[in-house]
Amino acid sequence: MSYDAAIIGAGHNGLVAACYLARAGLKVVVVEKNDWIGGAAVSRELYPGFTYSNCSYVCSLFRPEIMRDLELPKHGLQVLPYEGGAVFTRDGGYLATFRDHEANRRELMRHSPRDAEAYDRYSRDVMRHCRFIRPLLLRTPPDPATFRPRDIAELAWLGRKVGEMSEGQICDMIRFWTMSISDFLDEYFESPVIKAYLAVSAIIGTALGPMSPGSAYVLLHHYMGDVDGNVGAWGFARGGMGAITQALTASLRAAGGEVRTGAGVEKVLVANGRATGLRLEGGEEIAARRVLSNMDVKRTFLKHVDTAELPPAFVKRVETFKSRGSSGKLNIALDAAPHFPALPDGAPMLKGDLHFTDSVERMERAYDDWKAGHFSRDPFQDTMIPTMIDPTMAPPGKHFMSCFIQYAPPKIEGRDWTDADRDAFGQTVIDQIAEYSPGFKDRILHMEVRTPRELEAEVGLTDGNIFQGELTFDQLLFNRPVPGYAQYKTPIRDLWLCGSSAHPGGGVMGAPGRNAASEILRDLRAKTEMRQAYAVV
Amino acid sequence: MKDLRHHYEAPLRTTPFHDRIAAANVLNQWGPWAGYTTALVLEDAEMEYSAIRNTASLYDLCPMIKYRIAGRDAVDYLNRLTLRDVARVAVGAVQYTAWCDDRGKLLDDGTLFRLGEAEFLLCCQERHLPWLLDSAIGFEVSVHDVTAEIAALSLQGPCTASVLDAAGFDVSALKPYRFASFPFDGGDLIISRTGFTGDLGYELWIEPALALPLWDRLMAAGAYCGIRPVGSHALDIARIEAGFLAAHADFVPADQALREDRVRSPYELALDWMIDFGKGHFNGRRALLAERDGQTSEWAFVALDIEGNVAADHAILYDGRNREVGQITSAAWSPSAKRSIALAQVRRPHHAGAKGGLRAEIYALRELHYVKLMMTARMTERPFFAPPRRRTTPPGRF
Ligand SMILES: Cc1cc2nc3c(=O)[nH]c(=O)nc-3n(C[C@H](O)[C@H](O)[C@H](O)COP(=O)(O)OP(=O)(O)OC[C@H]3O[C@@H](n4cnc5c(N)ncnc54)[C@H](O)[C@@H]3O)c2cc1C
Repeated sequence: MSYDAAIIGAGHNGLVAACYLARAGLKVVVVEKNDWIGGAAVSRELYPGFTYSNCSYVCSLFRPEIMRDLELPKHGLQVLPYEGGAVFTRDGGYLATFRDHEANRRELMRHSPRDAEAYDRYSRDVMRHCRFIRPLLLRTPPDPATFRPRDIAELAWLGRKVGEMSEGQICDMIRFWTMSISDFLDEYFESPVIKAYLAVSAIIGTALGPMSPGSAYVLLHHYMGDVDGNVGAWGFARGGMGAITQALTASLRAAGGEVRTGAGVEKVLVANGRATGLRLEGGEEIAARRVLSNMDVKRTFLKHVDTAELPPAFVKRVETFKSRGSSGKLNIALDAAPHFPALPDGAPMLKGDLHFTDSVERMERAYDDWKAGHFSRDPFQDTMIPTMIDPTMAPPGKHFMSCFIQYAPPKIEGRDWTDADRDAFGQTVIDQIAEYSPGFKDRILHMEVRTPRELEAEVGLTDGNIFQGELTFDQLLFNRPVPGYAQYKTPIRDLWLCGSSAHPGGGVMGAPGRNAASEILRDLRAKTEMRQAYAVV
Repeated sequence: MKDLRHHYEAPLRTTPFHDRIAAANVLNQWGPWAGYTTALVLEDAEMEYSAIRNTASLYDLCPMIKYRIAGRDAVDYLNRLTLRDVARVAVGAVQYTAWCDDRGKLLDDGTLFRLGEAEFLLCCQERHLPWLLDSAIGFEVSVHDVTAEIAALSLQGPCTASVLDAAGFDVSALKPYRFASFPFDGGDLIISRTGFTGDLGYELWIEPALALPLWDRLMAAGAYCGIRPVGSHALDIARIEAGFLAAHADFVPADQALREDRVRSPYELALDWMIDFGKGHFNGRRALLAERDGQTSEWAFVALDIEGNVAADHAILYDGRNREVGQITSAAWSPSAKRSIALAQVRRPHHAGAKGGLRAEIYALRELHYVKLMMTARMTERPFFAPPRRRTTPPGRF
């Protein structure tokens, strides 16, 4: 039996690509090495009665065009906006955030009246950058080195968009794409805790510190999504992030596609420079007219394709593609909601993200530990309790807590992580929370601790980089993942990339998967119901 | 609220006049304004409007943003900040002014009170603290937001001088754009002859603790003529008749515009009469000079007289060849001028009064369906309604 397309990996991007191809009439199979689907967008029950979002935990980037095209709401997907959040300060206080503009302004005013007003200007400026970048997400980047009419037209389109900006805004944009988040925030704010809160989005998932040039762009990557048109807002997928991949799987099956779990791919079969199918770990071969890899670019080409089939310059580029892991994760089942004495009773902050790092300098020091090959002794965490909003993930009165941690290096002082290292890492995080929440440790029923080692072993993320490759300017747009190969094609004919290593990068966004499918359908001149990206008006 | 951390329990604050206004607000119609809850209509918008033009009206101005600017360099600083010459403002006088960013685009307009040789109060609709502080670099001047420290009330209408007189404040000598101080209940009451209605009227400034006694005194003094509290809807009609611009209605403040093509210069908002190129450097001066000399203004701000009797809110404007040439920003049926009036941004040169006028595309929602009207819109004078009583000194009794 032969397929029109075989997709390696049931991450959300692999599933998105599969859905579009199946709906266009192709015979499609997705093969996933794990016994479950989802990749880094997964919900699993590791302790009875509790559902964890084991990797990703909040949703904003997932393109609404995809939800609609693939009828995901019909297949069970619900995205819930959340409110609240707080940064705890070492002096026993906190800075909270609120959805209500006035409440938020008053909260900022408690820390700095000037910053409270500067915040509006800051939001305006970040929103301007978002308006520029959002239309790029669902477009294949032009290849500036070819003279194909399509690339020239796409470059001209980009040029026109830039041309619509004033000189001042072009300068701002270039500065923003290259500067550090710390420098960027210094242009607006004076309060250390306000800066610490806003710097968060710029370091998540990236092996940069807040003082590293290039970190400001990462912030944009986390702001350019939306929940129901609220640009920059984040929400929970009801039932955990796995709800997204479960809905995608249901949509795929409804379109006649197949998903096989427990089916790890050993090799992409190549004959005469063309991909012809897959060989699974057990030796079974699957023939396919084309192969799409949802694995990251390093894993795809350095582990599952015969390098002899590849141009050496390409292999070299793939080897040096930066995908340094920087993050870890704790998933915790709690017997009761944690208590934070610093917060007023009944306050809404626990429904949002909780941070314990109250200055940019402390974040940078956490990064210093990473550079020295160690996990941060005073880590930064983005911690959430989804069950404050989502009733489906834990028994009543009990809670699931998700702690996203920076920094955790791919290796400990040059050697592999050990179980003892992992446990020490987990303990550091727990100790930090307990400093602000007495009795916290006694409420823990079960805990899953994940370092880059676990992320690589389970999800296949090389070196544990959560975005399948860092989101720095040198690895974006037509340079992602490798110059000359940003259009989802690879040096091997009929082998395509559809994961987050490709434009526009990581996060639960679905855009790489959709764009890859779009390129394939375009090559086939197949009819598709893929809708146009929503206009930015 | 003592523990400031609890602010989120009441995101909208109440003003010092709230108790009285809440009691009078029988319709319970409130709207947010700069973090405060304010009355949109209390009883009947038309009757409230009528009080503004017929007798006396009270409007709660507390949410208006107020900055106290003081220090040796206050005049130089404000000259640097704003378009007009501040040195010409005498102590006790008020200047209607505006200010721009470095690119010569309007940030806001407002009123500037000269409280002393080196002390001013700047009142405006939007918040500007970071901009005011950045502009203060190199000047010996302090800038503080004093919005919550001053309770402000607008008393507008032909009988207001008499009402004040009955309340014990003799304002007969007060000329437009002047203010004076009066003792009240152990405090200091400042009364300025200013307002947003283009009619005879005053604004009163008092410490918050004395707000309610002041309210009661005025209501009692005005009982004879039927003084009444009014909401924002009534005031807005008077504001449009007076031809005043409002931020976010008629222009987008340059520091808030997401879309770069939405910002406007004073030339494009008919505020260029304010610009004083002779006073030395000020924010935006170079850009404005270039705009003047190069005649590069793209927009004009105009007053329109619209055929028919349907208010033309947000109508798109077309020229004789059906090309879009502008947008109505504020519109109303004017009860005092008895015509349909509008303020609009129009692309130059269409402001010059095309033959046959422009046409406004109006959608009148009538019983679930739109009635689409294409109405002639002719350029006319601002203000639309300008009774001589607004300027007469001493003011008349009604
Ligand atoms: C800890 C963590 C937290 C995160 N938090 C967020 C967040 O809150 N919000 C957000 O938007 N993003 C978040 N991200 C990023 C986001 O989850 C990922 O960028 C995104 O899910 C990647 O999706 P993908 O489909 O491109 O690839 P992946 O999810 O990596 O999918 C690749 C799939 O391929 C499979 N595979 C690998 N090798 C083989 C093989 N040989 N044979 C068969 N199958 C194979 C894997 O098992 C996996 O299922 C987070 C990531 C991590 C790791």
